Amino acid sequence: MVATTDTRPMTNSLTAGKLPKNTTVLVLAASLLILTILFVILQLAGATDGFNYVGAIVLGVILFTVAMYAISLAVEGPRKATDRLASILVTAAFVLALIPLISLVFTVVTFGSARFDIEFFTYSLRNIVGAGGGAIHAIVGTVEVTLAATALSVPIGMATAIYLVEYGRGRLAQAITFFVDVMTGIPSIVAGLFAYALFVLFFGPGIRMGFGGAVALSVLMIPIVVRSTEEMLKLVPNELREAAYALGVPKWLTIVKVVLPTSIAGILTGVMLAVARVIGETAPLLIVAGFTSNLNYDLFSDRMMTLPVFVYNQYVAQGQDAQAYIDRAWTGALVLILIVMLLNLIARIVARAFAPKIR
Amino acid sequence: MIAVGTTPPVIKAKQRPGDRIFSAGTLLAGSLILAILAAVAVFLIVQALPALVADPADISGGEGFLAYVAPLAFGTVWGAIIALAIAVPLSIAVALFISHFAPRRLASALGYVIDLLAAVPSVVYGLWGIGVLAPAIVPVYVWLTENMGWFPLFAPPVSGTGRTILTVAIVLAVMILPIITALSREIFLQTPVLHEEAALALGATRWEMIRTAVLPFGRPGIISASMLGLGRALGETMAVAIILSPAAVVKFALLQQQNPNTIAANIALSFPESYGLGTDTLIASGLVLFVITLVVNSIARYIINRRKAFSGAN
Repeated sequence: MVATTDTRPMTNSLTAGKLPKNTTVLVLAASLLILTILFVILQLAGATDGFNYVGAIVLGVILFTVAMYAISLAVEGPRKATDRLASILVTAAFVLALIPLISLVFTVVTFGSARFDIEFFTYSLRNIVGAGGGAIHAIVGTVEVTLAATALSVPIGMATAIYLVEYGRGRLAQAITFFVDVMTGIPSIVAGLFAYALFVLFFGPGIRMGFGGAVALSVLMIPIVVRSTEEMLKLVPNELREAAYALGVPKWLTIVKVVLPTSIAGILTGVMLAVARVIGETAPLLIVAGFTSNLNYDLFSDRMMTLPVFVYNQYVAQGQDAQAYIDRAWTGALVLILIVMLLNLIARIVARAFAPKIR
Repeated sequence: MIAVGTTPPVIKAKQRPGDRIFSAGTLLAGSLILAILAAVAVFLIVQALPALVADPADISGGEGFLAYVAPLAFGTVWGAIIALAIAVPLSIAVALFISHFAPRRLASALGYVIDLLAAVPSVVYGLWGIGVLAPAIVPVYVWLTENMGWFPLFAPPVSGTGRTILTVAIVLAVMILPIITALSREIFLQTPVLHEEAALALGATRWEMIRTAVLPFGRPGIISASMLGLGRALGETMAVAIILSPAAVVKFALLQQQNPNTIAANIALSFPESYGLGTDTLIASGLVLFVITLVVNSIARYIINRRKAFSGAN
């Protein structure tokens, strides 16, 4: 404070009382360096076994924050100092939020690649104890259950969205909008219990079948499809509809031939994202589709394994050779993540490919 | 069709069969959603009824349904609240970083990266939580109990495995962070530019601008986003089922071996081996969970809708 006011009185310059631009980088480097030296000394003194990276980085960032605030307070005043503190904290929060993502992807890829082989994709777990075997039964189950859920929820979801945007007025439309919101918040396990309760009425207690899982998933999927389709239909300009009406096109043909083709890219994207959202659901499938080691192609009879349940089951029910089960669980997780990422990617490509061409 | 007084006659569009069929079809689909939701409620109640009216001695634990579900409900709410306490400040900061601090060109890409967190299936979070986070965080827990054990939440004895409710809450926080971040980010971006520019023109620093213009504008949005995150955390099943080492206790301590279980995790763990009245009891507890999330979500929606009516920013 003293030095600044003495050498550079606040006479003219707009840069007076401001820290040079590279201060942040320098202070950060300095604090990390200080902490590194400190921890090296601690290590040499034998206080810690091995170099403590986490401690050095965390304490280094804390030192940086404090030092930066102090320096800025001295040179630039309290308001600027608070501003800098806020910037640092916000950026730190962002980096902190990235850590789980990076750690998770890294872990799944490292552990998952152990069993990422041909056997994993060609064998089921029938008669397998210990190492070996694969998840083909779970992959088949996941594909079938998810396709069935999509086939159930896309027509219902799209028709409801069309009703809400094109036809719906008054009480009923309001009620549907409200209850779609309510449905969005149904916990996945409750959806599973619902499907179970429904099928118990017809088939008796203890029923497990793949189709039940599809019903549970579609309860979760319908509101997502309705929401995204509704948003997309609302984006279609009214001029297009009015032009069609002016040409004497009936309303339903206007919707089918004009409104839907215009918004199909967004709708498909929404459907893909909804599929990506439900394909990783475990709880409802655990309850109503059950688990098995056998390959089962029939949605309507017997237990059906799915990939998320496979991951869970391999991890919690470890047998004699525990490592084999854990490896299979991680590989299943890797496959699951790859499928979800792929679906997200396809959704983006679809959005771009089908987008209405504007010249 | 008869015009009354001076009102002009209403010309009705010609109704073709295609129109009737199509509109009736969409109406049917819309009504089906109401029917499904009603069915969810009715079927759950029907299946849960035997447990609700059963002799208390027959329910697992032998003291009736309420005594059975109370610790579970406590664990559900307690875990979700801690998760929310961790996730909300972090999410607001991340949303602010993306909307106001990050370089403009990077902002949408960074937003996409955070959205990726939402795409990871919950069972994978469970594996990560028990395989990576729990062992890594044990030293921190040990330090906390040794140095801050006087604080009731960190009371010893510490869990040796790290499978505590705090670990669960951290994982839940990671899971709901993208939801809260995405919604708050949208709200922050909707702040009227004139408000922001006015604040800056009066000499406010960036933080002062955010505090005086962005945050007050976004407050209802932040609250409703947090409530939606809370709803998600309440219903989360697999991560909790895998990570937690549960017990039927009501305890606030975060770092101990015995932790209150949650409703959803309890269902997932017990359902495959349950039969008869046990199944009914689990379904009844699912009904309790449904009601809890329904209340939380309804409050969130109410706040969102009230805001819509006031601000006109839509």
